[in-house]
Amino acid sequence: MTAFLLRRIALIVPTLFFVSVLIFGLQQLLPGDPALALAGENQDPAVIAYLHQKYHLDRPLPVRYALWIEGVLQGDLGESIRIKRPVFDLICEKLPVTGELALLALVVALVIGVPAGIIAAVRHNTAVDYGASMVALWGLSIPNFWLGILLILLFSVELGLLPASGFVGPGDSLKQNLLTLAMPAFVLGNAIAAVMMRHTRSAMLQVLSSDYVRTARAKGLGELRVILHHALRNALVPVVTLGALEFGQLLSGAVLTEQVFTIPGFGKLIVDAVFNRDYAVVQGVVLCTAMAYIALNLFADIAYVLINPRLRT
Amino acid sequence: MTAGTFDAVAIGEERGERPWHRTMRRLAKRRAALVGLTVVAFFIALSILAPIVSPYDPLATNWAMVRKPPSMLHLFGTDEIGHDILARIIWGSRASLMAGIVSVSLALAIGVPIGLLTGYLGGIVDATVMRLIDAMLAIPFLILAIALAAFLGPNLTNAMIAIGVSQMPVFVRLTRGQVLSVKHEEYVEAAYAVGNSARRIVLRHILPNIIPPLLVQATLATAAAIIAEASLSFLGLGQQPPDPSWGSMLNSAKNFMSQAPWMAIWPGLAISSLVMSLNLFGDGLRDALDPRGDS
Amino acid sequence: MTMPRFLAAALLLLAAAFAAVDATPAAARVLRIGLADDPDMLDPTLARTYTGRIVFAAMCDKLVDITPELDIAPQLATEWQWVDGNKGLVLKLRQGVKFQDGEPLDAAAVKFSIERHLNMPGSNRKAEISAVTAVEIVDDHTVKLVLKAPFAPLLAALSDRAGMIVSPKAAQAPGDFANHPVCAGPYKFVERVAQDRIVLDRFADYWNKDLVKFDRIVFTPIPDSTVRLANLQSGGLDMIERLAATDVETVRKDSRLKLSTITGLGYQSLSINLNNGARAKNPFGQDPRVREALELSIDRTALNEVVFNGLFQPGNQWVGPSNPFYVKSRPIPARNVAKAKQLLAAAGAATPQVTLMTTTVPETLRAAQVIQAMAAEAGFDIKIQATESNAAIQASVDGQFELYLNYWSGRTDPDGNLYNFVSCKAPPALNVARYCNPTVDEELDAARTAEDATSRLAHYAKVADHILTDRPLIYLWHPTWLFAMSAKITGFEPYPDGLIRPQGMTMQ
Repeated sequence: MTAFLLRRIALIVPTLFFVSVLIFGLQQLLPGDPALALAGENQDPAVIAYLHQKYHLDRPLPVRYALWIEGVLQGDLGESIRIKRPVFDLICEKLPVTGELALLALVVALVIGVPAGIIAAVRHNTAVDYGASMVALWGLSIPNFWLGILLILLFSVELGLLPASGFVGPGDSLKQNLLTLAMPAFVLGNAIAAVMMRHTRSAMLQVLSSDYVRTARAKGLGELRVILHHALRNALVPVVTLGALEFGQLLSGAVLTEQVFTIPGFGKLIVDAVFNRDYAVVQGVVLCTAMAYIALNLFADIAYVLINPRLRT
Repeated sequence: MTAGTFDAVAIGEERGERPWHRTMRRLAKRRAALVGLTVVAFFIALSILAPIVSPYDPLATNWAMVRKPPSMLHLFGTDEIGHDILARIIWGSRASLMAGIVSVSLALAIGVPIGLLTGYLGGIVDATVMRLIDAMLAIPFLILAIALAAFLGPNLTNAMIAIGVSQMPVFVRLTRGQVLSVKHEEYVEAAYAVGNSARRIVLRHILPNIIPPLLVQATLATAAAIIAEASLSFLGLGQQPPDPSWGSMLNSAKNFMSQAPWMAIWPGLAISSLVMSLNLFGDGLRDALDPRGDS
Repeated sequence: MTMPRFLAAALLLLAAAFAAVDATPAAARVLRIGLADDPDMLDPTLARTYTGRIVFAAMCDKLVDITPELDIAPQLATEWQWVDGNKGLVLKLRQGVKFQDGEPLDAAAVKFSIERHLNMPGSNRKAEISAVTAVEIVDDHTVKLVLKAPFAPLLAALSDRAGMIVSPKAAQAPGDFANHPVCAGPYKFVERVAQDRIVLDRFADYWNKDLVKFDRIVFTPIPDSTVRLANLQSGGLDMIERLAATDVETVRKDSRLKLSTITGLGYQSLSINLNNGARAKNPFGQDPRVREALELSIDRTALNEVVFNGLFQPGNQWVGPSNPFYVKSRPIPARNVAKAKQLLAAAGAATPQVTLMTTTVPETLRAAQVIQAMAAEAGFDIKIQATESNAAIQASVDGQFELYLNYWSGRTDPDGNLYNFVSCKAPPALNVARYCNPTVDEELDAARTAEDATSRLAHYAKVADHILTDRPLIYLWHPTWLFAMSAKITGFEPYPDGLIRPQGMTMQ
């Protein structure tokens, strides 16, 4: 077991190295001199020259990469050229926001997806199966920026029930916090609900035809009890571990959701930074999310192996 | 999206029925999948027949008819510059379908060979390539697509390239997984021992087994690519005006939701129905290919 | 089963949290303003975005301000006088002004700030007041700015960020000033969460405190105009800037909201590559008749109607038709497709093909499509190339364009809208057309050193004669600043610079 773990952890290093090269390359090779972008409207040549010199923009690419990595290894992720805040501070500020949004979205996804998956599995291949599938798939079939604006117009402007956009921290007001995240979490969770439904459905199908459940049925237990007590418990295990892997999906979805609802989280930070050529921010944030994704994958692998000893090689 | 539910599809020929026929038979029994397929076929036909069916030139503008509601003259209404929306929906199907199909084809064309190669070769090549693939998967899909699209420039072609490249890692993993699970089967080792070339083994034994899960994934990825194109349009990347695409139509429409809701309804319905159909068909296909047998 | 019990407990806990932690707000009057994007650094010396100026209007007072008619008015300086043949500007400072950290605002602080604008590495203000060579302290409340040559636009520059005075103590404290700015305006900095909010509290010792009615201002950047308006409509905001022109009807029909508009100082223009690399070698860059034909094929009024609901201001010069420096002898030409076709025929290019580069801002794209359609009637084959804004800046600098639809946010003084775009000495990043005409330069320099507005206008008239014929730029329209706010707000006065001045504003 430890050998397995150590091997898996050792593999993280080359992966992270590739991530760093990838995102560094993508940022630095974006068309347009970042100094031009950051020099503002006046485009003063003196300012442009100063920015070149200060941020090493005139040095060759490998040198800039080395300088950046050196900083990262010492814990310095650079600073946002646009607003002059350290990237690390920005990450610490935004991470909890997106984290909370992602968590609530997962809850929404589970609440919609799991029951839909159960119903679809139990009523396999009937109209109810298709109906439940469609309900869950609906979230995956609508561009979430459109759904978001639709919801804003309905619930904020027309009905006045929810705030149209923005974010209030849970420390300031828990009620406002949940109100501001209600629509974004729904929009984001909607898309993941389909994946949850699929996983639940196939896991349930597998379990429902297993000996274990057949025995329970033979014992005369009520169908509902069989489903909820026996089948679901076993089906949920792969669902939950796969849920951890949806993290990447969640972050992708968060990018758009945060734009529409103006939630000051990771997603919005990255998108704005790409368009503002605030490359230190993009590089730092992507490294962070990559590490989180890799960590979650590791956790999922470990969980999988713990549950299923046969997979240990 | 992992290859979790896809262990090796039974390749033995039970019941004397070829796997493909069995799949088709099972697929025919799933109504949702058939409905999905029909809708997809409808849109494909629409995009091919666009020059014939479209009532207007999608690029023709008319200052007097800016943001007019649906009428006999303009069945779906007009947009913010005076284009006919129905014409743009019909012609826009090309852009959206291409965004889906071309991106996924690109992802397949790059991903499958890499997956085959790295799965078959194993060793240090496999280890290195998989770390690179892991790295690409570690970057959230949309962010990778945005960075690539910004890098290449905002237009439909570059959006397709960006989406295709971002989807490629999943196909590499899927292919490689299949290769690995089949590689050590007895008949493959026997074929190798007998002296069959690697190419023959891959083509005769490995490839037929990976096609089913790849098909399913490709269908679902097409759906995701169409949504991704719409998302990129929202951010100002992707298809640029005046050329129509459903995603960019939605993006323009979002600022006129209260004044001209018809601008958003039609492209929204178009995207949702196409993507939902692709998803339904993909799910049905996966069920039909499931080795667990008919229900 | 323990599960239901656990769920019940969790729900109870949540309900309790709801009830307890929902703090009722104090009776403080807060003004919540929605911005069109997130400002950059809150340091007047380094700042470079337009939106930042809106925050500065509440936080940092300047030496002088403008009036809605674009005259110069006192703010931190009460009087001023040109001396030494217009090579010196003596400013008398207001008495009893304090910085937000309690320090007194005196001549030494002004000297410090101006020198900071001139000398700090990376300063974006240096180019604006580079005419100033030294700052002399005459007495405790009088400074003298020494110039190397007369520079008429100086006072206008001092009415913007270059005239903002910062607390020397705060500026010299460790850490970036942008993270703890201290100025002398009506509101002081409290906190900033990037992309979320900027919070300012009323400065109790502000010199003009009687006009300051709100206790707190919260700026929230919301880039999408529909969402910004939705926030206003649902009561989440009290005021928004840069309302989309197409949303004006919605605001007018809503009795809870009201509209305030004013023509801005900026303009949108088609820059034409005259001499910037290989791509200038096309009929557009080489033949002025082709450029004239393009201008004649565009109906600016219809363009304004279609894209901006008629709300913006069509224009053909670097200042708007109602600006005192508008050259009245050169009015906006009417559309004339027949003449355009004639000119093209004469130039031997009946159907010229050209690429129009534009950014991906939706309204700009719409305008580009309309221009494309209008010009097509005269025979132009325009291909629109939508480019991400930073790539567009780079492309324009490198000459990788033929036509470029771009925007300048505008400066109070006409020199700020003109010099850097057409002068031989202009920075390459701004004079992308690479227009260079020594006669024009003479007139531009003369206008900078001229004594009064009338003689300056005479010089600009001569400049117009050249520019409007050579057409390195075809000016199309001037954006109107559109503010939407709660009907309960009174006392807001829009200025042509589009900034929100809190003095005098109140809410019923």
